Amino acid sequence: MANAIEARGLVKEFDGFRAVDGVDLNIPEGSIFGILGPNGAGKTTMLRTLLGIIDPDAGSRTLLGSAKPISQSRIVGYLPEERGLYQSMRAVDTIAFMGALRGMALKEAREKGRVLMEEAGLGYAADRQIKQLSKGMAQTVQLIGTIVHDPKLIVLDEPFSGLDALNQAKLERMIRAQADRGVTVIFSTHVIAHAERLCESIAIIAKGKISFNGLVSAARDRLRPQVHLETENLDGPWRSALPGDCRAQGNWWHFTLPETGVEPLLTALVEGKAGVRSLSIERPGLHDAFVAIAGEQVAAEMDQPLAEEL
Amino acid sequence: MKEIIRAAIVIGRRDLTAIIFSKAFILFLLGPLFPVIVAVAAGSLGGQIAKDADKPMVGVLMQADEAAKLVSVRNELSEQLGDGWYPELKAIGAPDSAGAKSPREYLTDKKNNLVAVVSGTLEKPVITATKTEADRNDDEIANLISYAVNGQSTQMPKPQIEIVVKSASGAKKGQQVTGQLAQVIMYFLTVLLTGMVLSNLVEEKSNKIIEILAASIPIESVFIGKLFAMLIMSLIGLTIWIGTGLGIFSLVVAEIPAGAIPAPAVGWPIFLILGIIYFTMTYLMLGALFLGIGAMAATVREVQTLSMPVTMVQLIIFFFAAYTVTQLDKPIEKIAAIFPFSSPFAMIARSAQVPTLWHHGVAVIGQIFFTILLLRIGVILFKRNVMKSGSGGKVKDEGGKRKLFGLIPVGR
Repeated sequence: MANAIEARGLVKEFDGFRAVDGVDLNIPEGSIFGILGPNGAGKTTMLRTLLGIIDPDAGSRTLLGSAKPISQSRIVGYLPEERGLYQSMRAVDTIAFMGALRGMALKEAREKGRVLMEEAGLGYAADRQIKQLSKGMAQTVQLIGTIVHDPKLIVLDEPFSGLDALNQAKLERMIRAQADRGVTVIFSTHVIAHAERLCESIAIIAKGKISFNGLVSAARDRLRPQVHLETENLDGPWRSALPGDCRAQGNWWHFTLPETGVEPLLTALVEGKAGVRSLSIERPGLHDAFVAIAGEQVAAEMDQPLAEEL
Repeated sequence: MKEIIRAAIVIGRRDLTAIIFSKAFILFLLGPLFPVIVAVAAGSLGGQIAKDADKPMVGVLMQADEAAKLVSVRNELSEQLGDGWYPELKAIGAPDSAGAKSPREYLTDKKNNLVAVVSGTLEKPVITATKTEADRNDDEIANLISYAVNGQSTQMPKPQIEIVVKSASGAKKGQQVTGQLAQVIMYFLTVLLTGMVLSNLVEEKSNKIIEILAASIPIESVFIGKLFAMLIMSLIGLTIWIGTGLGIFSLVVAEIPAGAIPAPAVGWPIFLILGIIYFTMTYLMLGALFLGIGAMAATVREVQTLSMPVTMVQLIIFFFAAYTVTQLDKPIEKIAAIFPFSSPFAMIARSAQVPTLWHHGVAVIGQIFFTILLLRIGVILFKRNVMKSGSGGKVKDEGGKRKLFGLIPVGR
């Protein structure tokens, strides 16, 4: 599969501070791709550099095959983290203006804007000024403006921030719908749960560096599955069969699945009369993979905003 | 290039529509009315004050025939020399009449409103007044008494007057005035418009729309679109002002007297065309400069801080160009014509005094190149200094000190 975005050794500095530090990145076409990192990790600067809003100090990038990203703007949609709209402009004119920026005829963009607003359940507000809309409605208008020109690549910077649960679910549906059409969707987030639900591939960024770039499953596979065992007996010769990292908790035993698999262990438990009540094997979540890859401290920074949002 | 122009049209159309249909545009159109209203009000108020102000009145306390003679002489002379030349005289009675008071009593009586009293006789007059008023009026009163006593004719010979339309010196002076007038109009209009362009960009930054624009189209298009939207708006304004002005003028004045406004050396049609071209060029250059500065600044406060010294520099450049109007063909005038920011001002003044046209072609080409250069620098600075973090262009503090306009380090 071809890559929608490729970056090699990308560097961007501001006043001696390296916001993006030697980033290598591959984002496959047609996928939903998440960029995970805590606030201040360099996500926004990296996206701006990839999109050509700012030029890198070193390194190279191609966007949909072009080394001049701005030349591809007609087939790219971008929702910045800082939402901004002309307050006195009507909603439908805002969408039309955003479409015109991306090469659409104004009339065509206005007509399509009305259709998309109807589909989003906001048809009644099409002729209202932006300042007359609620924050959620204004964000929806901006999102429609981002996709009105049928882009091949959609880049959303922290799209879930500021949205209530209902609108977050709507946005997730929209992202999936675009991906179903073959559109590449990239979004940045500091909430791992969103990436886990939506993404096929992710990049983990902290302090301007990419520490992982690949499939979500590959990130998870970096960790061994966890085994949770409950026994009737607490002692016996079977205990010597438990792995070294085993933690006891009453009648429960938690440990990493051994390289040899679960079968030799089960045999030892049965023969040793451990009285197995239950045994489950849990595949690690993205959060666990994130902790393993980026470290506890970075993960803690990620979790904090999540807790605040919840 | 095609894409840059297309995108600039999208930006320009949006800005122009937003401006034309805003209340601010009506205020902009009414703008020239305010100085006119202020001038008319101030003139009428000043006139009223002058009218209402108590004129210095000198009382004449003499026998009736002498008093009448003195007043008559004063009136005759005032007709020839003007009303302000001599103090007004008022016969306040004869010294031997019933109820007559002393000169001091007349002076202190507020209802008389006198600054001095002339008493005695024409042969032996006495002025009673404060020292200040005596010093101010004694020569004039002595002069009047002298005319009254000597009985000389006060009729002065009237020289024959022949009016000419212009002299060589007058024509040159007039063309300089025409050039300076064009400079003043260009300057004020440019200051007004560049301020509006800057406000527009700042509004865009505070609205956080700039990132959407920067992601969609080349920054050159944003700058060009904004500049030309404001230029078209100003040309619409100019058309309305000139049309209205001419309409009112034709209603009030049937015909402009020949030579009332000195004709520029290149002739009125070319002068007006050059005026529009140089106004456009000076606006584009300063607008490009302001956009570059506005793009660099992260906050409205930074923009305000910077726009003040830039406006001052603009004023200095204007004064420099205005000074060179009277220095035609001297090195300083040539420097003003070459230096890009003063060039449009110097060249419009030159067109008022020198009929040669090719100078203007060279100057305009130079100004166009300089405008393009400024735009390019603005774009580079924008990309280098703006959008430094995820907070809409705010400067990130990590690792280093914050820099004002991305250039000057500042502490917290």
